[in-house]
Amino acid sequence: MARAELMDFDQALELFEPVIGLEVHVELNTTTKMFSSAPNPANSEFHGAEPNTLVSPVCLGLPGSLPVVNGDAVRKSISLGLALGCSIAPSSRFARKNYFYPDLAKNYQISQYDEPIAFDGELEVEIEGGKTFMIPIERAHMEEDAGKLTHVGGATGRIQGAEYSLVDYNRAGVPLVEIVTRPIFGAEADAPALAKAYVATIRDIALALGISEARMERGNLRCDANVSLRPRGHEKLGTRTETKNVNSFRSIERAVRYEIQRQAAILANGGTITQETRHWHEDTGATSAGRPKSDADDYRYFPEPDLVPVVPSAELIDELRAALPEPPAARRRRLKGEWGFTDLEFQDVANSGLLNEVAETVAAGASPASARKWWTGELTRLANASERDVAELATPAQVAELAALVDAGTLTDRLARQVLEGVVAGEGSPQEIVDARGLAVVSDDGALIAAIDQALASQPDVLAKIRDGKVQAAGAVIGAVMKAMQGKADAARVRELVLERAAAVQ
Amino acid sequence: MSEISAEQVAHLANLARIALTDEEIGHLTTELAQIMHAVEKVSEVATPDVPPTSHPIPMQNVYRDDVVGNTLTAEEALSGAPESDGSRFVVTAILGEEQ
Repeated sequence: MARAELMDFDQALELFEPVIGLEVHVELNTTTKMFSSAPNPANSEFHGAEPNTLVSPVCLGLPGSLPVVNGDAVRKSISLGLALGCSIAPSSRFARKNYFYPDLAKNYQISQYDEPIAFDGELEVEIEGGKTFMIPIERAHMEEDAGKLTHVGGATGRIQGAEYSLVDYNRAGVPLVEIVTRPIFGAEADAPALAKAYVATIRDIALALGISEARMERGNLRCDANVSLRPRGHEKLGTRTETKNVNSFRSIERAVRYEIQRQAAILANGGTITQETRHWHEDTGATSAGRPKSDADDYRYFPEPDLVPVVPSAELIDELRAALPEPPAARRRRLKGEWGFTDLEFQDVANSGLLNEVAETVAAGASPASARKWWTGELTRLANASERDVAELATPAQVAELAALVDAGTLTDRLARQVLEGVVAGEGSPQEIVDARGLAVVSDDGALIAAIDQALASQPDVLAKIRDGKVQAAGAVIGAVMKAMQGKADAARVRELVLERAAAVQ
Repeated sequence: MSEISAEQVAHLANLARIALTDEEIGHLTTELAQIMHAVEKVSEVATPDVPPTSHPIPMQNVYRDDVVGNTLTAEEALSGAPESDGSRFVVTAILGEEQ
């Protein structure tokens, strides 16, 4: 694959206005699938099952099998629609989207077409740095996920060279909500960052609602990014491309940026953009052409005759609306104010995905500053070192207890880091580890003074310097005392005592 | 009056991944046109006060509880497959894209 010519990003922005549109698929975490009572692999209880073991005749499209809608999936879809600021359709129905590809055995996907369950929403999204945008949502509709194909054989193992494919229908029928934005104007140079922040916001909403595991790396959350450019001063929208296979937050940003640069180079050279699907390649950081859009979009939708309309009652909608969590952007503003963090401190927490952990640690009694310090500092370092998820290393209650021990003077920061290692290793609560390892600070001045006197006696030259007023010489004595105390002393207190003793001893 | 063209039949055959000869396309074009004309007779009796419907019975909100029911084993699921690798269906590679 020849690497496409790219225009410098800033130059592309001078010549063209980027217009983006995003389609996000959210896999719901219901116990069973959308239209069958087979277990749902997007629910963590069934994650990683052997191929074709989470299937029923409905998932395989066997003759005589009939779909029945999962009521819980409908309620979760309505909640998501409401959280996106959408209106909920008084009546919506399912439709068949016909296509012939073995990822669905029926040769059609049950989706929604002319009557989606939710429409006309608006979502506030904050990008890194704090700038906010209102994203117009066109619709959110219910559908079923497709099975998973593994292409085997051929020179590269990629689809073009494949000789045959292996099909696992476990994912076929997993409940999905597809959220489609209207074209997003005015993001300009922030377009790549906004695309990423938008998907992250949907993740936050899905997690707060408890409707999806929302893990991109597992495909619970997937994004297709539409990008087009229009020359400055023109009204008419440019031809768009749709980039698929974007499986991480970082990739979304990179893929949008790449398409802006690629399209700008083509347009500036007098070329035209082909309306097509493009594939993002994580390894090369580039997109490649997929199928042209025109003939593949002939899906011949028609109303699904096996299912009846979804007509949610006003009472149900009111009930779900009342249970909505605080919108992510509003929550961030509230937390930032309550915690008194600077922009940089808050971004540090938010960008690390640690808002919930810090909030819960503060709720458990820690100060916002110490909650932030332990989560973004030592715990993040330990997580990186062990390649684990930082949220799995400790509970907010444990971190709050650790912070309390530091505040009470029982632990220095240095000792607290050792305790945290014990917490991560599963040795118990911070207090238990302090007791078991004997890590508490030595606060008995008598023990410290004895060690100081001994150190001063063995370093008479240092003692002389201190008495001459060269206070910085005390460092050598402090070091020796800390060593004698095995680090379990408060260095500031030791320093005070060293100066006292130096003046006092003869 | 809708007409079916040979091009439309060829296009549908392509979407359905069915290989048709020119002769078959001609034959199907005639047959499909006849079916279309037969169905169109319905519009002669449909009046503006008859709303279009996709269901003969006015039902709504038919749901099941979110509870796991009977599933097939992989062996059962694959029992009707022309070919399998023991746990997955084997299908001819198709030059196309996932939808």
